[in-house]
Amino acid sequence: MTVESTAARKPRRSSGTKRSAGASAGTGAKKTAAADPTTSATTAETPAGTAEPQLVQLLTPEGERVESAENARYDELVADIGRDELRGLYRDMLLTRRFDAEATSLQRQGELGLWASLLGQEAAQIGSGRALRDDDYVFPTYREHGVAWCRGVDPTNLLGMFRGVNNGGWDPNGNNFHLYTIVIGSQTLHATGYAMGVAKDGADSAVIAYFGDGASSQGDVAESFTFSAVYNAPVVFFCQNNQWAISEPTERQTRVPLYQRAQGYGFPGVRVDGNDVLACLAVTRWALERARRGEGPTLIEAFTYRMGAHTTSDDPTKYRADEERAAWEDKDPILRLRAYLERQGFADADWFAELEVESEALGKRVREAVRAMPDPDHLAIFENVYADGHALVDEERAQFAAYQASFADAAETAGATGGAATGTATGPASGTANGSANGEGN
Amino acid sequence: MAAQKLPIAKALNESLRKALETDPKVLIMGEDVGKLGGVFRVTDGLQKDFGEDRVIDTPLAESGIVGTAIGLALRGYRPVVEIQFDGFVFPAYDQIVTQLAKMHARALGKVKMPVVVRIPYGGGIGAVEHHSESPEALFAHVAGLKVVSPSNASDAYWMLQQAIQSDDPVIFFEPKRRYWDKSEVDTEAIPDHLHRARTVRAGTDLTLAAYGPMVKVCLEAAAVAAEEGRSVEVLDLRTVSPLDFDAIQASVERTGRLVVVHEAPVFFGSGAEIAARITERCFYHLEAPVLRVGGYHAPYPPARLEEEYLPGLDRVLDAVDRSLAY
Repeated sequence: MTVESTAARKPRRSSGTKRSAGASAGTGAKKTAAADPTTSATTAETPAGTAEPQLVQLLTPEGERVESAENARYDELVADIGRDELRGLYRDMLLTRRFDAEATSLQRQGELGLWASLLGQEAAQIGSGRALRDDDYVFPTYREHGVAWCRGVDPTNLLGMFRGVNNGGWDPNGNNFHLYTIVIGSQTLHATGYAMGVAKDGADSAVIAYFGDGASSQGDVAESFTFSAVYNAPVVFFCQNNQWAISEPTERQTRVPLYQRAQGYGFPGVRVDGNDVLACLAVTRWALERARRGEGPTLIEAFTYRMGAHTTSDDPTKYRADEERAAWEDKDPILRLRAYLERQGFADADWFAELEVESEALGKRVREAVRAMPDPDHLAIFENVYADGHALVDEERAQFAAYQASFADAAETAGATGGAATGTATGPASGTANGSANGEGN
Repeated sequence: MAAQKLPIAKALNESLRKALETDPKVLIMGEDVGKLGGVFRVTDGLQKDFGEDRVIDTPLAESGIVGTAIGLALRGYRPVVEIQFDGFVFPAYDQIVTQLAKMHARALGKVKMPVVVRIPYGGGIGAVEHHSESPEALFAHVAGLKVVSPSNASDAYWMLQQAIQSDDPVIFFEPKRRYWDKSEVDTEAIPDHLHRARTVRAGTDLTLAAYGPMVKVCLEAAAVAAEEGRSVEVLDLRTVSPLDFDAIQASVERTGRLVVVHEAPVFFGSGAEIAARITERCFYHLEAPVLRVGGYHAPYPPARLEEEYLPGLDRVLDAVDRSLAY
């Protein structure tokens, strides 16, 4: 349901409850009385544009296909999704969850400094990620491991920055998947600018910007809405509302359902069940097609839940109750698709068992790759600071190299420790013999 | 057009026109840069000739201007963005420092950020608050950015050409109170390197180092000093990051004395960095400590007080006297 079709609904009073709709609440009472748009913007008690939130859902938490007139437009968009495609989506989600769990374990083992888990958000990421064409371009936050998977980014590449061997680590143009962005919301402007460039080039590619409920408060996100709207840029804003910005609930970010923000900027917004991979795929396809047709930006709010901590450094027991998480476990994105696959006879026990073998293999590969990941050469500090060089960087690099080299004699005398002193001035393989790969973990 | 006398603003305009003509990827973005031609008319007539698709009036949101310029650069464009006044750059500071400056390194060199951020800067025009600041040190402190400032029309033309051709982000500070000062511009000359200082007056007793709007003040001070029998050398530094320490060192090794002049506050200013480095490099050549003349550690004052705040002829000569008294 888009803002275009819900905007005329009667504003609802702010209830003071934490969330105005969940995957199940979306089926609540619908107030359909039309409101005069000139009088709807009034007080804080009746925020402008606060129509009853609607939720696009194609698969119920129990794994049943939702058939309704309202869903017809989205059903059409996934009419090509048969047994094999559904299996593919299931495999994507399962392997992404496995990779994510492996990364969390590797952090606990000391192999990573930090990890930001996507647990619970697999459907939002795989559904939207699989809606993209190769020539589309993705601007992620730091949690889009599932989208990276869809783009063909080697999952082990995502771990470099969390291990501390680089601050990015992949070629954004290799898979049209930009670097992870840590400062909240900044990438939405980059996505908008990139989309403006796509339009200037006359291409029919689209751009998708990921961000979260917390980021929705950032000025950069507001500016990206403005710029994309006035330039009619082919960009899709994909907001994963996972209910929590570290410890702050969505009600600390907004007084209206986030998808309704789009109305004020002049483009459609839609809330989708973020734990329903089929619905996320359909809605994202719809938004991308709008962009390709030159109809401008769309805001998608994927209503989901961060099942884990914000990162491995976070302790959610300080600020939220177990019951809340338990309620969302019933809406698990993977379980619901599994139920549907089984009900339809699309996959049997053997198929799931084979997938489990693949999952184990992925986990093993990730573990081994991380443990073998070398520390960077010391002189990497000075690499790629500038494309065209800079006299000060050259001077400091030479000073640093000379300083490091001054330890060479001492290291040779000491004999055993090798590593840092002997290698730094030579090549990329240096400095790794005693790196943290073998020194910290386990 | 070969050699002709132009005001700085017109030289910048010609330079932008040349860039738009020669590289279809060059874009101009900013507030009021279209029909109006910018509040200083630096982009005058460009939208008319190159269209709204290449000379782009933007929403009034500086972070948005720079943030979308980053995205356009990722797509292969070379945006030249105008920040309307020095004091308006700070909403974009996050995008410049956190994103623009670091993108090339974060991508391990796989992407380039050929973005020029033009900022009219400095005081002396009787403006209201936030229209007279000199924030160059705040950008020079950030690795990944290059910072330059021309002092004359020829440099304005050529340094902007070079900044646009650079694959690194360049913060381009334009001395707004000198916009209408005319000097010779030869558009067919071979320009100096973007990041080299230039000796604009030779001397033997003391070196005055400045950039942007203060070069003119230093030249006037050198002329007055000459009447008093003192031979003062003037260096137009032209580039703040990187600084051309070799040129400053060579001069100071001859003169033994250095005074650095800028409008920006002296505390943590570029003069402080120059003083520290030159003290290291020229310790046995120095006849006096490196002195600085600049703004005070106070908010830029109301216009009726700015002549007291800004380094003028007398304050520069006072510093020259103090240096020579050692």
